Amino acid sequence: MQKITFILNGEEVSLEVLSSTTTLLDWLREEKKLTGTKEGCNEGDCGACTVLVTDLKKGRTEHKALNACILFLPQLDGKAVRTIEGLASKTSDLRIQEEMISNHSSQCGFCTPGIVVSLLTAQLNKDKNYDDILAGNLCRCTGYTPIIDAAIAAEKTAKMPVWVKADNNKLKKISTNKKSKQSKLFLPQTIKDLEKWCTKNPEGILVGGATDVGLWVTKKLMDLKQICFIGQISEMSQIKTANQSLNIGACTTIETLRNNIKTSHPEFSELLRRYGSTQVRNAATIGGNIANGSPIGDSSPALIALGATISLNLKGKHRTIPIEEFFIKYGIQNKQKGEFIESINMPRKEGNFRCYKISKRFDQDISAICGCFNITIKKDTIINARIAFGGMAEIPKRAIAVENFLMGSSWSDETISKACLEFENDFNPISDMRASSQYRNLVAKNLLKKYFIELSKTEKNTNVLRVKI
Amino acid sequence: MSILKPLPHDAAALHVSGSAQYTDDIPTPDNTLHLVFGLSEIAHGRIVKTDLTDVKSASGVSCVLMAKDIPGKNDISPSPFPEPLLSDGTLNYIGQPIFICAATSHLLARRAAKLAKIEYKKKKAIITIEEAIKAKSLLEKPVVYNKGDPENTILNSEFNLNGTINIGGQEHFYLEGQAALAIPHDDGDITIHCSTQHPTEAQHKVADALKKPMNAVRVQVRRMGGGFGGKESQSNALAVACAIMANQTGKPCKMRYDRDDDMIVTGKRHDFRIDYNVGFNGKGKITGIEFKQFVRCGWSADLSLAIADRAMLHSDNAYFLSDAKITSYRLLTNTQSATAFRGFGGPQGMIGIEQVINHISQYLGKDSLTVREQNFYNNPSKRKNEVQTTPYHMQVKDSIIKPLVKQLKSSSNYTKRRLEIENWNNKNKFLKKGLALTPVKFGISFTLTHLNQAGALVHVYQDGSIRINHGGTEMGQGLFQKVAQVAAQEFSQPIENIKITATDTGKVPNTSATAASSGTDLNGMAVKVACEKIKLRLKSFLGKTYKLKATEIEFLNGSIYCKGKEYSFKSIIKQAYENRISLSATGFYATPEIKWDRLKGKGNPFYYFAYGAAVTEVIIDTLTGENRILRVDICHDAGKSINPAIDIGQIQGGYVQGAGWLTTEELIWNEEGKLMTHAPSTYKIPACSDRPRIFHTNLFHYEGNKKQTIYRSKAVGEPPLMLGISALMALNDAIASVGDWDRYALLDTPATPEKILFEIQKQIRGI
Repeated sequence: MQKITFILNGEEVSLEVLSSTTTLLDWLREEKKLTGTKEGCNEGDCGACTVLVTDLKKGRTEHKALNACILFLPQLDGKAVRTIEGLASKTSDLRIQEEMISNHSSQCGFCTPGIVVSLLTAQLNKDKNYDDILAGNLCRCTGYTPIIDAAIAAEKTAKMPVWVKADNNKLKKISTNKKSKQSKLFLPQTIKDLEKWCTKNPEGILVGGATDVGLWVTKKLMDLKQICFIGQISEMSQIKTANQSLNIGACTTIETLRNNIKTSHPEFSELLRRYGSTQVRNAATIGGNIANGSPIGDSSPALIALGATISLNLKGKHRTIPIEEFFIKYGIQNKQKGEFIESINMPRKEGNFRCYKISKRFDQDISAICGCFNITIKKDTIINARIAFGGMAEIPKRAIAVENFLMGSSWSDETISKACLEFENDFNPISDMRASSQYRNLVAKNLLKKYFIELSKTEKNTNVLRVKI
Repeated sequence: MSILKPLPHDAAALHVSGSAQYTDDIPTPDNTLHLVFGLSEIAHGRIVKTDLTDVKSASGVSCVLMAKDIPGKNDISPSPFPEPLLSDGTLNYIGQPIFICAATSHLLARRAAKLAKIEYKKKKAIITIEEAIKAKSLLEKPVVYNKGDPENTILNSEFNLNGTINIGGQEHFYLEGQAALAIPHDDGDITIHCSTQHPTEAQHKVADALKKPMNAVRVQVRRMGGGFGGKESQSNALAVACAIMANQTGKPCKMRYDRDDDMIVTGKRHDFRIDYNVGFNGKGKITGIEFKQFVRCGWSADLSLAIADRAMLHSDNAYFLSDAKITSYRLLTNTQSATAFRGFGGPQGMIGIEQVINHISQYLGKDSLTVREQNFYNNPSKRKNEVQTTPYHMQVKDSIIKPLVKQLKSSSNYTKRRLEIENWNNKNKFLKKGLALTPVKFGISFTLTHLNQAGALVHVYQDGSIRINHGGTEMGQGLFQKVAQVAAQEFSQPIENIKITATDTGKVPNTSATAASSGTDLNGMAVKVACEKIKLRLKSFLGKTYKLKATEIEFLNGSIYCKGKEYSFKSIIKQAYENRISLSATGFYATPEIKWDRLKGKGNPFYYFAYGAAVTEVIIDTLTGENRILRVDICHDAGKSINPAIDIGQIQGGYVQGAGWLTTEELIWNEEGKLMTHAPSTYKIPACSDRPRIFHTNLFHYEGNKKQTIYRSKAVGEPPLMLGISALMALNDAIASVGDWDRYALLDTPATPEKILFEIQKQIRGI
């Protein structure tokens, strides 16, 4: 039997987990009868089930908004959860709730609890980028304006809820709990623990943030056995600088990475801003995004263009490969049974790297095309070119023919026009619900042109998101 | 007391604290069964063999039902055309329910239903509008409205243009999925809690399925987490499924769709193709026009006939068409049965004429607003103006579109910004801006005349507290608060003294769906009538007791004044009770004046029109087709608003929903007829950052509705959605600037980055 302990709305909960894939949402609604947390989509896309999860990391408190619908109970071990019911005993105690009422920020009210939780979490984190904070909270009624009005109005007089400190103290208390041998088996604490588990379960499934595996359970209705939650391995959640590179632990969340590289890699960081939503980025890990081998995961083409490598671990033996070599075919990766991605290495600076995510909606959408470019020019000659795309092939893939054409050519309009013709030697994309093959082909070329324009700085406005209103 | 006050939504405090209860939140008895449908995997054909052994033996499953197990009628249709709840052997779309599986939990039921082994015999499926036209797959014969002699006037016009626009459908994406809970009673009666806009129809369909009279079935709904038309008829299936399973097992039964099922099973907004042929003069004045509307209705009739009618009825939008012919083809396809969605066909009809205006403007090289102004309906309140008629021969006596647009044009700085955008576009090579102003004139009333009725029940208790009930349902639109404000006004009581209660077929019978924007107009009036009855009784009692004339008794400032002397409301009510005066009344209202012959296309289908206009400014990226709304200015007509805050909420929310429909919200079916965009991961409604950053929203202030509606207010639920059309036209405007206005930009919808980029390519290549 697997036992976990966490804090729910201030109360310590110890649970024998019968099924490791019971979601927090189902447990809250069905077992605890806490129905304020809503199910809108059951796949982490609407945010109606947003809860606040607090974690102590090296003595520092981390507040995260997370989607309860794709959060498995074992992932909560050692953490504190606040649902909408646990935020305030009356609405007048919580500024954001008061302002939501007086600014007419709810209509049908179904998305509202999730929005309140997201906004309160942001407030605890002193974050005011509401577009990002709420990208993962869909509202179909209001058009969002009154919600933002309420959030801004609540900034001034917001007080820290009294329970924040109390939760912290309780977290400290449960964090000293010794892990039993058994629980270490499905909640490994160290890389050593994980190596052991992988050796024993070579076919097993590693779960980082469950933003993908969650859907295997909630949508594909799979009954997952041999499952291991790796979110508690602190050795794998660190970002270290070594020589000329940044070593990123595979369990680093997308949100942590994004915040960490804002100044060193502004373009990559901006791409990650558009990766899922706050709730998804708070859970999803960089290792998970690579390991699932998706042709439309956004980090992979960027990392390929940056020239990143990944370090794989098989029973304690390490090997390092360029990340593009990890992707072999759709659903097939360069990974042996029992082997796992331990870390990712990328250059400390991004240089001329630029990336373009094209999707139907700017926020919280999956790329139709994600084009990443990294070209080094010396005295008007291209001396190095790394170009990679998501959404153009069955795997994240380099545009080798285009790169080859560019290498050694002059950095000019003419070169770019000719290089565009090479794309058809690199890619033969499919048509699907995100875009047609014609569109993908045309945009791939246009993105290279855009990259040229941006790097040459011939045009002031090139990005609709960056135009001043 | 409470009229014209921007009071918050009645449940706002419950919303923000998570305590507002929706259908799935209602505590259920321990023995409750959870239901899912087993769904068709083919778009067209027959079931050859059904093997449900594995479903029945799966963990937690207690009962499985098929069509033959339904005691009464297997029909959930809202129209006279039948529509089975469970397939009778024929299959007409991917997602059609075949069987119901009941298990001890939602998850177990979902897992079990997947184990069905069904053999099919496939037939060729008709998926697209083009395929349906080719196969002549029609629900009924084409409907034609005609006024004047359009054929001749077009022939003799100075200019003539024709074209086609394809308009995509729209998923409702109410945040709360469909849900119902049936609780059987000891005497065989049943209570259904259902997230529905139409409790009476659910009651009717449940009664028919159980072979029971309607008085054995009670349907209740306190609130929905959004409806938008998607819970007008689509909720019937869950109510009936729960009822027959509860009837079979004797246990409470609950059904809620998983989001993917919700999107795969239920109907959406109708896709349209509109062909036009227009004659006009050098000023852009339309002299004659012909529209052909091809409407994709899906596999069953549902509400499609009325929706297709409304599209025809809005093919003029706010423009006077002297000679017009509109032909409507209602196409049957092997897809979800398209259904009601905010606007009910009106938006598609309007897009047709707005594209025509756009086409004419670009052809003549004129700003589209000047062409619009050429064609607006007259303002009949100015004496010299003649009253003009619609293509269905109704006189437009209440047009305020001209003064409204004039006001918006000035408040939005339209003319100045037009020049600024031109300059900006000249300076920027890859990004281009666009601007457009589009109007809305939307007809208010159900076009099926008999639906324009409503009932209410008002109780005043002996302590002076008031409880109201009516046939309207609350889906977030603020209806309950607005109607409570009516009761508060009538009794001159503070809003806190009015208790709002769940819609309940056991309290107010024979109600119409909360639809057609009619909620406040109808139910507000019914509550007013009920309040007036009680007031009349009180006045007559006071008159007799204190020898007063009716005019000497006033309900004012929370009290009752008798010849100027103030008495507390409470004390008078107590006296009245002790003197055996009835303090409870029903109210009934039927909209006057409307008369409509839908077959001839003649008459007055609407009691009045609601007006509005919006200016949208957009920016596009000519390399990728990416686009963004930069600024929106709206002036909208809500008559004399009962609650300006709620109305503005409807206007802004409606705009964003309309703009979303026309830009990011794309429904894609594959060749087999499978909906590929069946979850929010692939179907993209507007997110927070898509909202207009500058969003000026104003109500048009004037004396109010010319018709005697409730306090001279106007319906506001649907009309603002069509303000979003200005976003589409602004995108066309931005694209046309790429080709220096030499050629016409015509976006099909939704205008995704892909469609925009290809339209830009046409400009660049000069096609």
